[in-house]
Amino acid sequence: MSVWREAGLVAGKDLRIESRSRVAVSQILPFGLIVILLFAFALDPDRGFLARVAPGLFWIAVLLASLLAIGRAFQTEEQHNARDGLRLAGLDGAAIFLGKAAAIALELLVLEAILGTGVVLLYNVSVHGIGVLLLTALAATIGLAATGTLYGVLAAGIRLRETLLPLLLLPVLAPVMLGATRAFEDGLEGAPGDAWPWVALLGIFAVLYTAIGVLAFGPLWEES
Amino acid sequence: MRTRDRLLDPRLSRALGVASLVSLVVLALFGLWGAPEDGTQKEAQRLMYLHVPAAWLAYLAFGVTAAASALFLWPRTRSLVWDRLAGASAELGVLFTALTLVLGSLWGKPVWGIWWAWDARLVTTAVLFFLYLGYLALRRIPSGDPIGSAKRNAIAALIAFVDVPIVHFSVEWWRTLHQKATVFNPQLDAKIDGVMALTLWIGVIAFTILYLYLLDKRYRLASLEDEMEEREVEAAIAERIGAPVEVAR
Repeated sequence: MSVWREAGLVAGKDLRIESRSRVAVSQILPFGLIVILLFAFALDPDRGFLARVAPGLFWIAVLLASLLAIGRAFQTEEQHNARDGLRLAGLDGAAIFLGKAAAIALELLVLEAILGTGVVLLYNVSVHGIGVLLLTALAATIGLAATGTLYGVLAAGIRLRETLLPLLLLPVLAPVMLGATRAFEDGLEGAPGDAWPWVALLGIFAVLYTAIGVLAFGPLWEES
Repeated sequence: MRTRDRLLDPRLSRALGVASLVSLVVLALFGLWGAPEDGTQKEAQRLMYLHVPAAWLAYLAFGVTAAASALFLWPRTRSLVWDRLAGASAELGVLFTALTLVLGSLWGKPVWGIWWAWDARLVTTAVLFFLYLGYLALRRIPSGDPIGSAKRNAIAALIAFVDVPIVHFSVEWWRTLHQKATVFNPQLDAKIDGVMALTLWIGVIAFTILYLYLLDKRYRLASLEDEMEEREVEAAIAERIGAPVEVAR
């Protein structure tokens, strides 16, 4: 079996678990939406703040929700010794990494689409430069999912995982947060030309951490 | 796997301790009295003699952590010596980064009028601080398998290290795109007085000796902790099988 096919199987397994357990839909998505709502309480909606800072708020909400999604992706492996089962299945470490990351990325893209709609409607944002926005979201999401999967396995199987994961992940993701927010701002302001360097940065981040994940996931998975 | 339980010879370690004490006193004398007062920043500029060496040591310490982690992962040089060294150095790196931030803040208040500025270097340093704080938190979690967790730690250190240039470039880009003039006083880049440069060098040397001394001490502490853990396990096993327990020295 090729690595891609194995990755597809792992991704399919994770997505099937999500579609049956509905944790993503019933917990992670509502969490993201309540964060969007809370920002409106923190920043007075009447003064037009919200529309101006919408890109940053959107990515903060995505980042927080993604922490839950990543934690969840490894929590499912803890139950019923699923980790041992997957390890004994003889799959390539790189394939498991790519599969899990792809499943997380897909979940996050759906989450972003819904949260994005929420932000546009609730914060009264007028949308421009949809192409830049979509590419930014794609690059940022791949980076998020790759880094998240890498740190997810790093923290897998150890105590205090839930509290450790955010501390490990958030500083590493600082450039993603920064790049995605700036690119969204430029796109929404109708200056997509300014956004391209940020999209490039996000792309480099995504490629780099996917490469590290492909290399490092196997050994970490064996240890976890 | 046998590992050395000391990094340096005890005599050398003691000599480093004395040397760091002496050099810090010399630094204090030069920094407070030897170096002339700065024309524009007055006395506040003297914080430079602590702030700049602390920043330099933070980078050195994180560099040592990355190098030691790579040496651990390389199969031919794999030894728990590198894991302990990486951990000890990261702890010192976090300490010096915190010192850099606090001293910089104290310096910034009288010179710029603010405790904190959203300058590229400041933001990068702050992210660096949290990046390695997470690494230390990961290290602190006990595990039954020293080699396994050492491998995990080493990979985590390298992933964090890879992030540093990305954080640096993205933050730099952000601040230069959005804020043309920086708050940094152009006077800072002006020619530096001879005695000032000398004092700065004394600071760098004193802090480096202090780093080496503390690194050795922290390494020793880590190996003693490991030994204690080993003895506790042995005592517990002996108790179980009913063998006479040799009380730890």
